[in-house]
Amino acid sequence: MIKTKFDYNKYLRKNTLPHIWCPGCGDGIILKSLLRAIDKCGYSKDDVVITSGIGCASRLPGYVDFNTIHTTHGRALTFAIGIKMFKPRLKVITISGDGDALAIGGNHFIHAARRNIDITLIVFNNYTYGMTGGQCSPTQPVGSLSTTTPFGSIEPPFDVCNLAQAAGATWVGRSTSYHAVQLEKFMVDALNHTGFSVLDVITNCHISYGRRNKMKSPVEMIKYQKEKAVPARSAENMTPEDLAGRFKTGILFEKAGSPEFCTEYYKKLESIKTK
Amino acid sequence: MAKNIKLMQGNEAIAEGAVIAGCDFFAGYPITPSSEVAEILSSKLPKIGKVFLQMEDEIAALGAVLGAALGGAKALTATSGPGMSLKQEHIGYASMCEIPCVIINVMRGGPSTGLPTLPAQGDVMQAKWGTHGDHAIIAITPSSVNESLYETIRAFNLAVKYRTPVLILTDEIIGHMREKVVIPDKSDIEIIDVKLPGVPPEKYNPYNYTSGEVTPLAPMGEGYRYHVTGLIHGETGFPSQKTDVIQNAQNWLMDKIYKNIKDIEKFEEFQTEDADILLVAYGSTSRSSRQAIMMARSAGIKAGMFRPITIWPFPDEQISALSKKIKKILVPEMNMGQVIFEVQRNACGSSVYGLNVVNGEPITPDQIYEKIKEISKI
Ligand SMILES: Cc1ncc(C[n+]2csc(CCOP(=O)(O)OP(=O)(O)O)c2C)c(N)n1
Ligand code: SF4
Ligand SMILES: [Mg+2]
Repeated sequence: MIKTKFDYNKYLRKNTLPHIWCPGCGDGIILKSLLRAIDKCGYSKDDVVITSGIGCASRLPGYVDFNTIHTTHGRALTFAIGIKMFKPRLKVITISGDGDALAIGGNHFIHAARRNIDITLIVFNNYTYGMTGGQCSPTQPVGSLSTTTPFGSIEPPFDVCNLAQAAGATWVGRSTSYHAVQLEKFMVDALNHTGFSVLDVITNCHISYGRRNKMKSPVEMIKYQKEKAVPARSAENMTPEDLAGRFKTGILFEKAGSPEFCTEYYKKLESIKTK
Repeated sequence: MAKNIKLMQGNEAIAEGAVIAGCDFFAGYPITPSSEVAEILSSKLPKIGKVFLQMEDEIAALGAVLGAALGGAKALTATSGPGMSLKQEHIGYASMCEIPCVIINVMRGGPSTGLPTLPAQGDVMQAKWGTHGDHAIIAITPSSVNESLYETIRAFNLAVKYRTPVLILTDEIIGHMREKVVIPDKSDIEIIDVKLPGVPPEKYNPYNYTSGEVTPLAPMGEGYRYHVTGLIHGETGFPSQKTDVIQNAQNWLMDKIYKNIKDIEKFEEFQTEDADILLVAYGSTSRSSRQAIMMARSAGIKAGMFRPITIWPFPDEQISALSKKIKKILVPEMNMGQVIFEVQRNACGSSVYGLNVVNGEPITPDQIYEKIKEISKI
């Protein structure tokens, strides 16, 4: 079978290119996977809203031809909730960096999850504050270096997926910018899920993170992703020692049919009306 | 037809006004003395099919309001001093991205829990200068329950018309007292609605810095796909670092408000024609001032009052005109002196005195009268 080439032009705002990302940055791979996933889902461009916070990852919405809102640092989910609640028919996607989603935006992250509102959050997790030059992030591994942990970080990092699940998200998955095909599949799955879905994407920032942590080039970082990723099924048979320094990939949690916030809200309105 | 008159609380009047104005969406976070606005709307809005959300904090509340507003909602949040501080980044964002919304600040005093249940007028300067960078802002200071209702309607109209956040600064006294309100007939008031742009999507630019007209904000999800960003942007909405674009964008944020000041300004003058002493007072303090003026007049001292209803942009023109004929000005405020600086800036050679009470008690007519007497002897 001949595979036709995907036409990204259909979704790119060419007047806004070139993008700001460094050559070799993983964010472009995630962008392309997202466009393919959105295309597979068959949404009309007019019905898709993408919100983002601040950071390298969060520059994504500017490049794509949807209703796009590049908000404030950490608060993209709050805008997403506002527009989703007001216009539930819209498909709302939020793009966030690890710092954006989990440090300054951590409160909004857990509350969006708790509400199980029908929004897909994609965390571009590069273990660092890429945009501001590589300061310590809440997902940065213990011992790694950053411009604000020059002697090695002693802070235990968040596991984005565990946190999302514990807070109430009903679809949780992880992939990497190396696993581009899997990434697209997971995105389709997350987008099709009704409820709060969180996709943690381990991505490479060789500029702000890699070069301080013995991975100077994108190639080394991509290799890291390939080697450290453990498919969830394989992880079941591994000891915590085996898993140290590695991360699980896969759809890690999925619960269909849980009450979704927006639906519940409008159901409540109906019940008030009929009284 | 008989007038529809009700007795209600200031915060209730704001909620009522919001509903009349067509408020589609409220998101807030509880804080005394503003919480009644949220509580009342949590019942009113769902009943008419609209959205009420209690968010995880004030930042989230304004974020949700802005998200909804981009979808075309007439959106509202309500808070008080410390919550207002948390909202500042989003106020700056809303100004820059020209997203309409109404923000109620029922003022109180002090940080964190300061003087939560007592009145103050602590946030007048915060309303103008609290956020980062430069932008104009509209802020309104009602002085009665009835005015709270009508000014809330006007705030929604101004927000949509000028695509800007509009702040209403009341205080604990106005917010919690009960007074008579005349509920307007729909036909008696103007309501400005959110509408689609007059051009087709392919011709739509979300911003317009040059023609002097405020471009309508297309509700998202209606075929007008565009980009919103806090990065300085050109008329297309996309970021730009060109010096002329940056300057134009900044000028526009000021011009669209200041060049329309005649439409935005609102004030009341009370016995200023023959006054020798002018009081400049707003909100609940203007009520004590009115009383004090009558006391002064019965004692033969000719006092009068200028009461800004729109406090930002500040009524520079009116104050400077009045100060040309009235040489003594008194500014009573429930803060350590905020509006007095604006009055001084505009006073053409007049002496400006302050009366500042921040002890949790309202400023009484007696206190103001005493100060008037003192000034009259200078
Ligand atoms: C309120 C606020 N605080 C701080 C910043 C500065 N800032 C911009 S991006 C960023 C961190 C971005 O890191 P992350 O979210 O991980 O995104 P990345 O750049 O790595 O994709 C920070 C701290 C800001 N813009 N706003
Ligand atoms: S700094 Fe890092 S995250 Fe940002 S564009 Fe460059 S490589 Fe990508
Ligand atoms: Mg990051």
